Amino acid sequence: MNVALFVPCYIDQFYPRVAVATMRLLERLGCTVRFPKGQTCCGQPMANAGFEDAARPAARHFAETFAGCDYVVAPSGSCVLHVREHLDLAGDTAAVRHLRERTFELCRFLDRFLDLDRLDVSFPHRVGYHAACHGLRPGRAGERMAPGVDVVRGLLGRVAGLTLVALDRAEECCGFGGAFAVTEEAVSVRMGRDRLRDHLAHGAEVITSTDMSCLMHLEGLARRQGAPVRFLHVAEILNGNR
Amino acid sequence: MKPPPASTDHAAAASAFLADEARAGWHDRALWLVRRKRDRAAAAVPEWETLRTLASAVKAHTLSRLDDYLLQFEAQARANGFVVHWAENADVHNALVYDLLCRHGAQRIVKSKSMLTEECGLNPYLEARGIEVVDTDLGERIVQLSGEPPSHLVMPAIHRKKEEIGALFHAQMGTPEGLSDPAALTAAARTDLRARFFRADAALTGVNFAVAETGGFVVCTNEGNADLGVHLAPLHIASMGLEKIIPKAEHLGIFLRLLARSATGQALTVYTSHFHRPAPGQAVHLVLVDNGRTAHLGREGFRDALKCIRCGACLNTCPVYRRSGGHSYGAVIPGPIGAVLMPGVDPERYASLPFASTLCGSCTDVCPVRIDLHGQLYRWRQVLGRRGRGGASKKWRMRLAGAVLSRPRLYRMAGATLRFLLRWLPRRALGPWGRHREWPDPPAERFGTWYEKQRRRS
Amino acid sequence: MSRERILKRIQRNRPPAVALPDVPAFAPPSGARRARFIAAVEEAAGAVVPLEGDVGAWVQRACPDARGVAARLDEAVPGAWRPGPDTPPEALAGLDLFLCKGTLGVAENGAVWVGEAAAGRRAALFLPEHVVLVLPCTALVDTMHEAYRRLDVRAAGFGVFIAGPSKTADIAQALVIGAHGPRRLTVLLR
Repeated sequence: MNVALFVPCYIDQFYPRVAVATMRLLERLGCTVRFPKGQTCCGQPMANAGFEDAARPAARHFAETFAGCDYVVAPSGSCVLHVREHLDLAGDTAAVRHLRERTFELCRFLDRFLDLDRLDVSFPHRVGYHAACHGLRPGRAGERMAPGVDVVRGLLGRVAGLTLVALDRAEECCGFGGAFAVTEEAVSVRMGRDRLRDHLAHGAEVITSTDMSCLMHLEGLARRQGAPVRFLHVAEILNGNR
Repeated sequence: MKPPPASTDHAAAASAFLADEARAGWHDRALWLVRRKRDRAAAAVPEWETLRTLASAVKAHTLSRLDDYLLQFEAQARANGFVVHWAENADVHNALVYDLLCRHGAQRIVKSKSMLTEECGLNPYLEARGIEVVDTDLGERIVQLSGEPPSHLVMPAIHRKKEEIGALFHAQMGTPEGLSDPAALTAAARTDLRARFFRADAALTGVNFAVAETGGFVVCTNEGNADLGVHLAPLHIASMGLEKIIPKAEHLGIFLRLLARSATGQALTVYTSHFHRPAPGQAVHLVLVDNGRTAHLGREGFRDALKCIRCGACLNTCPVYRRSGGHSYGAVIPGPIGAVLMPGVDPERYASLPFASTLCGSCTDVCPVRIDLHGQLYRWRQVLGRRGRGGASKKWRMRLAGAVLSRPRLYRMAGATLRFLLRWLPRRALGPWGRHREWPDPPAERFGTWYEKQRRRS
Repeated sequence: MSRERILKRIQRNRPPAVALPDVPAFAPPSGARRARFIAAVEEAAGAVVPLEGDVGAWVQRACPDARGVAARLDEAVPGAWRPGPDTPPEALAGLDLFLCKGTLGVAENGAVWVGEAAAGRRAALFLPEHVVLVLPCTALVDTMHEAYRRLDVRAAGFGVFIAGPSKTADIAQALVIGAHGPRRLTVLLR
């Protein structure tokens, strides 16, 4: 399968290791991975701030960069959701509609298209899984925790030695929310601390998620507190990174 | 009641609420428990998701023929012996109610829970004219006695601890000092209000559902306060928003199966009262209130908010509401549903509300009538952005960001600069992010650079 | 006039016509209807008593201390008087016990439909300390959909679904039974 890798801007800049892991993982599972040159951002930050007009150039650039790709895969539920729901900002053309349908969050792509029996990795740790809200949303009609909505637990279940810790609130938002993290600082920080406490109370050694933005927020809080917990993107765990 | 501020600043109010960390945690946990009860109740109904779809579709149909159904309802309600009035805004509604009270010589009225009368500011209007208004829902009574608005659609005093309510009752009703047992406080309120029910000249209620075909209306309570009010007073005035109408009695089955389960996790409210005829010797007046609803009906992309049945599920599930309290919204309707309804009322005053969300979408997941709440929040942001929220500087900052993030060279330069700054600037200096959170350690090179190197090597 | 202006605005602003969906028949839940009904009433803090003999004997056995007792039943209840449309509410407020017939019970939520004809006076369902509804087993339905198919709510004038005793959780989310209305609710199932 030919896959175009979409690396969200903040991953490109701050977490290249996550993009590397995503690429290696897809290749190990039999994909031919290409990183279309010149990609930047999907436009979500401006659009979510209420400025779709300002997001339009980024959306157009995204549509041009990824035009004609069979599949676009990104290690982010949030950016993928934006592409799927709002890339019509680049014009409601057949090409854009094709692109919106063919853009996948990594775990959903793995679950839907790839032979997961080839996934032969171990990760002997207690892992807290943060279910990122945006990764859960596409195509869902009802309860976010309904069976089949979240494929990530199933993927992590294939990792030898990995123990998923039970959380008190398995679906609560971490409070990142893009600009919300700054404009609603108090609520954002409180939400993040509450999530962190839940994971720590249940003995998570590592916290993982489909979205590095949630983890950036949680890790920022954890490091400031000196909490003994590491943060890894799901791609890193599935790729066998330690 | 204190006059409302010129415009609400949700972030500032939320910050003040969160300053008391223990209390904020208590508030969050109390509402989360209600949310969990909802989950269990929903899971116990196999056809739950179908019911939500049906409820949404029935409301969509009704809104598309709202005028027909209102006229049908009016005719049938009159045939039932009710007097029907129309009020296009809060002022007309309040004047109408006052006039009815005067004509019946009513001085003392008991009122059951009605978000509509909160919206219309009926209590202060009547009190200013010498009418004694007693809210009889226990939670409503608590906030009335403490001189504040409700902080929740169905649990008006959820922000108050029992000790505070004990002190309030001690001061206002003479309960023993230090008494804070909920059962004892409830019993005291029961005794106090029982006497008031018997003295009342008129009873005011809201309306949960009005049935066009039968000309009747339904009021739901757990306490029985609406029934005690209307069955003892010679005058019953029921105020309803236009959107409360449904086509037929059989549709009640859909909505009643959803309402209480979504609100509190009960299978049904204790009392679901159906009014289709005045009691002997009683006058029943229905006031159909617009107050912005017909304008909202014209807002494509937002009109679905009129499907709301005021269950409060979106409040209970909202991680922001739970941690900022209902009063932080500075609005009659708080929480996600408030954040999509209030900007329609006043886009300047309530401009901060659509931004009081991470767009996590939990509200949309639980809404019994499938209002696309997070989608509406996103769309309101666009409307407010176009109206110039954040000022010209924000607009230009966003334009600049959009320009940089769509040009690979500028994007790479900006990224390199940011990574450089993160390496050398003091960590705590960098604004609201850095006050409580570390920034990520910037890598030496971005992924794109690494990828190109790899490609050249192979 | 508000009325004309409101209607005009609706005609201007209403969305294109959307069809009214049919309510499908849902598969009945598993388990005996009667058992589901009893569980639902108990969940709502009410009580269900399967009744073998006559109501009067039950009253004497179960509520020996009840002082004011009123009933609107076909059978006689010793010591009970019969309230009607003209009964003053003060007389009802002093009642320890009020018994009347329920029309229909809903298994999914434990609610019992009572119309004003059965209650005699509307307030009689809300003022007494303990309300007892006598319901035949044959009057149980699975869901609210079925209840509305069977009931003529309009003809009832006033009618109410009663699910358990009056309750509130408005103080610190602590459940308190007996808010404004009855503190006890019993369904006698025969």
